[in-house]
Amino acid sequence: MENQLLSIITFLPLVAAIILALFMRGDDAAARQGAKWLALFTTSATFLISLFVLLRFDPSNTGFQFVEDRQWIMGLSYKMGVDGISILFVMLTTFLMPITIYSCWNVETRVKEYMIAFLVLETLMLGVFCALDLVLFYLFFEAGLIPMFLIIGIWGGKDRIYAAFKFFLYTFLGSVLMLVAMIAMYFDAGTTDIVDLLVHDFGSETFSLLGVQVVGGLQTMLFLAFFASFAVKMPMWPVHTWLPDAHVQAPTAGSVVLAAILLKMGGYGFLRFSLPMFPVGSDVMAPLVLWMSAIAIVYTSLVALAQTDMKKLIAYSSVAHMGYVTMGIFAANQQGIDGAIFQMLSHGFISGALFLCVGVIYDRMHTRDIDAYGGLVTRMPAYALVFMFFTMANVGLPGTSGFVGEFLTLMGIFQVNTWVAAVATSGVILSASYALWLYRRVVFGDLIKEALRSITDMDRRERIIFAPLIAMTLILGVYPSLVTDIIGPSVTALVSDYNAALPADGAQLALH
Amino acid sequence: MATIILLAPLIGALICGFGWRLIGEKAGQVIATSFIFLAAALSWWIFLTFDGETQRIVLMRWIESGTMGSEWGIRLDRLTAIMLVVVNSVSALVHLYSFGYMAHDDNWHEGEHYKARFFAYLSFFTFSMLMLVTSDNLVQMFFGWEGVGVASYLLIGFYYRKPSANAAAIKAFVVNRVGDFGFALGIFALFYLTDSIRFDDVFAAAPALADTNLRFLWADWNAANLIAVLLFIGAMGKSAQLFLHTWLPDAMEGPTPVSALIHAATMVTAGVFLVCRMSPVMEYAPEAMTFVTVLGATTAFVAATIGLVQNDIKRVIAYSTMSQLGYMFVAAGVGVYSVAMFHLFTHAFFKAMLFLGAGSVIHATHHEQDMRNYGGLRKKIPYTFWAMMIGTLAITGVGIPLTHYGFAGFLSKDAVIESAFVGSQYAFWLLVVAACFTSFYSWRLMFMTFYGTSRATGHGHGHDAHGHHDHHHEPHESPLVMLIPLGVLALGAVFSGMLWYKVFFGDETAVRNWFGMESSAAHGEVDQSHDAAEGEAAATDTHGGTGADAATDTAHAAPVAGVAPKGAIFMHPDNTVLHDAHYVPVWVRLSPFIAMLIGLFTAWLFYIRRPDLPGRLAAQHRPLYLFLLNKWYFDELYDWVIVRPAKWLGNFLWKRGDGDVIDGSLNGVAMGIIPFFTRLAGRAQSGYLFHYAFAMVLGIVILVTWMTLFGGAK
Repeated sequence: MENQLLSIITFLPLVAAIILALFMRGDDAAARQGAKWLALFTTSATFLISLFVLLRFDPSNTGFQFVEDRQWIMGLSYKMGVDGISILFVMLTTFLMPITIYSCWNVETRVKEYMIAFLVLETLMLGVFCALDLVLFYLFFEAGLIPMFLIIGIWGGKDRIYAAFKFFLYTFLGSVLMLVAMIAMYFDAGTTDIVDLLVHDFGSETFSLLGVQVVGGLQTMLFLAFFASFAVKMPMWPVHTWLPDAHVQAPTAGSVVLAAILLKMGGYGFLRFSLPMFPVGSDVMAPLVLWMSAIAIVYTSLVALAQTDMKKLIAYSSVAHMGYVTMGIFAANQQGIDGAIFQMLSHGFISGALFLCVGVIYDRMHTRDIDAYGGLVTRMPAYALVFMFFTMANVGLPGTSGFVGEFLTLMGIFQVNTWVAAVATSGVILSASYALWLYRRVVFGDLIKEALRSITDMDRRERIIFAPLIAMTLILGVYPSLVTDIIGPSVTALVSDYNAALPADGAQLALH
Repeated sequence: MATIILLAPLIGALICGFGWRLIGEKAGQVIATSFIFLAAALSWWIFLTFDGETQRIVLMRWIESGTMGSEWGIRLDRLTAIMLVVVNSVSALVHLYSFGYMAHDDNWHEGEHYKARFFAYLSFFTFSMLMLVTSDNLVQMFFGWEGVGVASYLLIGFYYRKPSANAAAIKAFVVNRVGDFGFALGIFALFYLTDSIRFDDVFAAAPALADTNLRFLWADWNAANLIAVLLFIGAMGKSAQLFLHTWLPDAMEGPTPVSALIHAATMVTAGVFLVCRMSPVMEYAPEAMTFVTVLGATTAFVAATIGLVQNDIKRVIAYSTMSQLGYMFVAAGVGVYSVAMFHLFTHAFFKAMLFLGAGSVIHATHHEQDMRNYGGLRKKIPYTFWAMMIGTLAITGVGIPLTHYGFAGFLSKDAVIESAFVGSQYAFWLLVVAACFTSFYSWRLMFMTFYGTSRATGHGHGHDAHGHHDHHHEPHESPLVMLIPLGVLALGAVFSGMLWYKVFFGDETAVRNWFGMESSAAHGEVDQSHDAAEGEAAATDTHGGTGADAATDTAHAAPVAGVAPKGAIFMHPDNTVLHDAHYVPVWVRLSPFIAMLIGLFTAWLFYIRRPDLPGRLAAQHRPLYLFLLNKWYFDELYDWVIVRPAKWLGNFLWKRGDGDVIDGSLNGVAMGIIPFFTRLAGRAQSGYLFHYAFAMVLGIVILVTWMTLFGGAK
């Protein structure tokens, strides 16, 4: 039983989706309500079971736990398991899904299909974080695109088709290279088992390809192929432009899942594949990645300053925050990686909440244009408080979870490259600028716009949605050991393995 | 007990901020205020009984990652004890004062609740400030550091309908973040080199830092100097030192009690506190300390020049604050941390009082802040007048020359100037000139406000003009809840200098005992032999230690590497400024007093005797006048050099970078495909779920097939 827990968590939402698809008939109010309740119930149950897994999880064991390994079709194996790095992503997903479902309680178009899409999406996301087989991982990783593509394409805004295809093409094209790399890995190692691949020694001898010296050899090539996929997913500068478009067009719940969970797949991929499997390749490419991260932080923060659309602003802010993540990961030390994981989790709560904040007023006014608002605090004090809280969390105020991740990643990078550290740290100035300016334009000021005069404050449902997010942001900000105790040992192992795998003299491209 | 002091304001803030709907607004205010009074009473008790021995209380784990560990905790030493008293006393009085000041406010409509929110913010600020001063590691300090920043942001922007208040709030936060940028890098550098961010570990490693080089950005730096400068950049932001000062005058948009508490007595002194707290590192960073001294002195001078010509009563006091902060940094910069703390301590009383007095004036004149519309208020608001008079006597440094009897500012400012004479001639001269200016603008404020004849226009002006037409503009004295705080602060402004002169500056042995340092060079080797009695003795002003001429000529008490020096502050054995400052020539000791007299006389001449002179002078030297009136054009400069380019760049990167370059090139290939897909999807769009489900399944099938054929088959 215990060994199947992960499968149960993963496929429970899919089962509910199938039930919905097959047995739920009609499109009257009762059916819609039923679909919503079933989805909410399933995702909540999933969360409770995953909580059980978390309680049984032993952080001091740095290997994989709850491993399930069985033969599957056509010689493929089905292998699931979690370690200190992935378990919290599973938790993040199961925690956020009920909130997401509850947040779209007011959706009235194609409710059943909407619920099915989110349930399938949850299965696929959980699969990504649990899969211990290369093929399985790829399957989940790529299939996750489809429901998200549909969520944007069907329930999205005016230009949803353009956004959906941009999203699809960017992420899918990135993955093709990953697929090639996976095939190469299979030929090199003779297995698709991730546990085995983690200890497999991929070649790192410099070779010459078309007259170009490839430092780090095969590892560098594999790294680059994976990088193409994960970098798009993160998204990293300069392949980030699909994200603002996707966010703007996606419905609120879609944005929440996209920002809070889907983006984390890239970061998770770096930690699961790039760093441990291709340490030499990572080391060779690290300076490039670090600089891309630093540029991302400054560049997208500046761009955020110029935005007039709330969702776009928050989307750019997301890219900046993901810059801290990649920077922390490729600092490749304890603080950096701890911070990166922490930042991803924290960003899940904070950016999710910020998109929900936009959703609250979008539901009322049907516009995301910042200039259409102003002075909301007069009519919506509770909303003003919640929005202020997450704005402050977004700018990394100590005491909220946003601070811990930023602080640790910066601390990690400072030990590696002070230039990158200095450039990235300047992000704290810019983030304060755009976030507070957004808040000031939307919430503060005098309420003079005629359309806003009768706007109502958050209702009970909306307050319930924000409550757990506020709680998590505060708890993790005040007592981050909840997270670091779980990820710590696994990260320590990852860092020491990584350092042990590097050649003593270091083949780094000396960019610093 | 320290834990109660720390948490009481937080609990008060939470009850008042969230509970007022249940218990009523008044009850919320009363609870928040009583919690602060409790904290203040306990703080005084700790302050008076503290024995100089550092104590630590760990409350909870905080950020831990590998070798980096930090806790929520309390470090209680003399520096903390001083700050506890300053913060909680002023905060308690400001809470009380706000009952009167905030009772009616024309910025709010009928029936709007704002008082509980205001008190909750004040209490939250107090909590953050206490976290800052009680922390035992740099990260918790950073928590408090940013926490006070947020509280300040919320309170400056308290009148959220006013665009100017919102702009000022954001400016304050962002400029402070520039400082935090340096502070954070300083913390990272310290961790990188010492593998810890706990004060004791860092202090123990400080001597080694002086011998270490750190590659930072383009060059190798002496680690101690680099770290000291980075941390000081943080201090510059918080304490509004030159180049990062532009937010402070604008911060006057907040309600006046806020200005008294945050922007005069407590938050802005956090930078001084930081430098003193880090004295074990600072002492090994001579170049950085020179920088601190020079910048502090320059700030003191520049701010004073701007203060000369401002007409808004609060802005005059704001520049005065900035200037006095410069004094404190000079004292710290030349290595006499106790004197920096002394001036911080006395300044908190008299500056809070000046602000609260100004608030009382503003309250009395129905929110008029322009001094040109005051005049002759002496008779109409006599208590306020006397409070302001005491504050002015204190800030200008009135006392009996060559003795230790005088108002608080007399003792502390003279101590700063005497130390500066020993440490830096540049700082000394600038500070003396600044003292003259201080006297001038302070007396100018007094004369314009309280003397002469009323220049009130009879029309309210500015934002709150409306709704006042039916009022008579007869100034009225403020209620008792506002006058009591003034009275208490007046006691501080008169006596705090004389009472604690000895332990902050007057007697070197007493200073060392009071701060828990090695009492003399002879004691240097005996690390543990510090008993409570010595601290007690020092606090009651009896001679405690043996070697009175501590650290004069001996340098053999250099701290053993690996052990943090005892005491709240640390002075390197080579640092003899504190000692030498007692033996400066008589003319040096007289100089601030003479400067004060010159300023007083000039102000009297300009605003009592010959009121036509200022106008003529301003007309004759119009460029200079405008230069000062416009605050040396810092705001304009920053707007042109930083704000506008940043906005332009943001827009440019968005439209050109994201739009043309990235989307242009990356989509270039796809652009041919997307329209095709769009058409396709447009058709699919009209279909049913069946199509989508089919597409989804098809996708998965294709993927599996692909993998089976080319990938995973064993």
